[in-house]
Amino acid sequence: MADMGEGGGGHEKGGKKRAKKGSTRVDMTPLVDLAFLLLTFFVLTSTFSKPKVMSLVYPAKPKPDQVIDAQAQKINNAITFLLSENKIYYYKGEYYAVGNPKGKPSTQLEETNFGPTGVRKLLADLNKSVLIGKAKLKVKLDSKLIKESQYLDGIKELKKADEALKVLIKTDDKAICKNFIDLVDELRINEIGVIAPVDLLASEFEMIKAKIK
Amino acid sequence: MAQVKGSPTIDMTPMVDLAFLLVTFFMLSANFRSDEPVVVDTPSSIASEEIPKNIVLITIDKGGRVFYGFTAGEEARKNVLIKMAAKYKVKLSQEHLKKFSLLSSFACDVHQLPKYLDLESEDRKKTTGTIPSDSTNNQLKDWINFGNIEGLAAGKVKFEDAAMKNPDAVMNEYKPKFILKVDGKALYSHAKNVIETFRDLDLNNLNFVTSLEASGAK
Repeated sequence: MADMGEGGGGHEKGGKKRAKKGSTRVDMTPLVDLAFLLLTFFVLTSTFSKPKVMSLVYPAKPKPDQVIDAQAQKINNAITFLLSENKIYYYKGEYYAVGNPKGKPSTQLEETNFGPTGVRKLLADLNKSVLIGKAKLKVKLDSKLIKESQYLDGIKELKKADEALKVLIKTDDKAICKNFIDLVDELRINEIGVIAPVDLLASEFEMIKAKIK
Repeated sequence: MAQVKGSPTIDMTPMVDLAFLLVTFFMLSANFRSDEPVVVDTPSSIASEEIPKNIVLITIDKGGRVFYGFTAGEEARKNVLIKMAAKYKVKLSQEHLKKFSLLSSFACDVHQLPKYLDLESEDRKKTTGTIPSDSTNNQLKDWINFGNIEGLAAGKVKFEDAAMKNPDAVMNEYKPKFILKVDGKALYSHAKNVIETFRDLDLNNLNFVTSLEASGAK
């Protein structure tokens, strides 16, 4: 626009028009200021890492008329984790109280930790059948012997198998959510299929108390 | 003087171009944090699923306060509140309904709700109420139940729309999902109370909100 004005009128009074030559450009400084202000604002307010969700299927509650069978007792290859405030204990197999009628030695709690050398290693050892099976399937998938869907089905089958580790989680009144989610996360990493958060028995609670002291 | 006269200013056009390009990018990519009543520090995990659209969100903060949120749309939120108000015989004005339909998440007894809605959003953050979820007065159960019903209805409408365009659409994706957003420091017994409420309603598939683990596990 400024250029046009200059070109149109500039013949007779050329001298006076030339004096205005310096103002043909728009001063962009405020524009740049604003642009960078906005830029800074959006950079600082935008959140890049969207929160994720971890799904967990809880066992259905037994219906009132349903007879509770002793299936829980029959589960083989199970491990029970007991959580307290930032502490984690476990025992393998069934729970035996002191002086139980079967005459088995009473259950002793063992302590571990949330680090990679604790729970993760323990689970990796106990859940070998699934992890090895998964690795085999992965090789097949990579060499394109099986399809992606077959691979996923295969893993599902492995997790359901008898040899796969089943995990029960019990928490006491001091356990915090972080402990629980960390543990479930470890179970995820080790491809545990059956996870059951269940109630703590009174005798187990006593055992945790004794351990902490 | 005469020699430098030609270039007293720098040409800022490319810089402005770039700045505005970046501004546009960040403006479009930014998703603002919705105005939540509490800040919750979620634990981290390796989970990589993103939060679905149609959710019933239960937030549990550090002190064990329970918040309820529902995202199936304004109309559905109104319907949930109408059902709740009818069940607990709470009188609400049209204005209350309007305010509620815009609320992201709240924590208060249903009988206190009119008062709560009258507050300014800043004052709401200062309240210390919670949604009763114990066995004698389990309002949370009703909130979840009505949220589920309305969420299903809203999801069905969306599903039918989607099914017209794409016959492969799966209804499951449009059903409401149940999300638990728990603070890492909250006692698990608080969360358990809420989880038991879900299980009482036969809703066994729950999702925990987690942030992405900083150091990729494995």
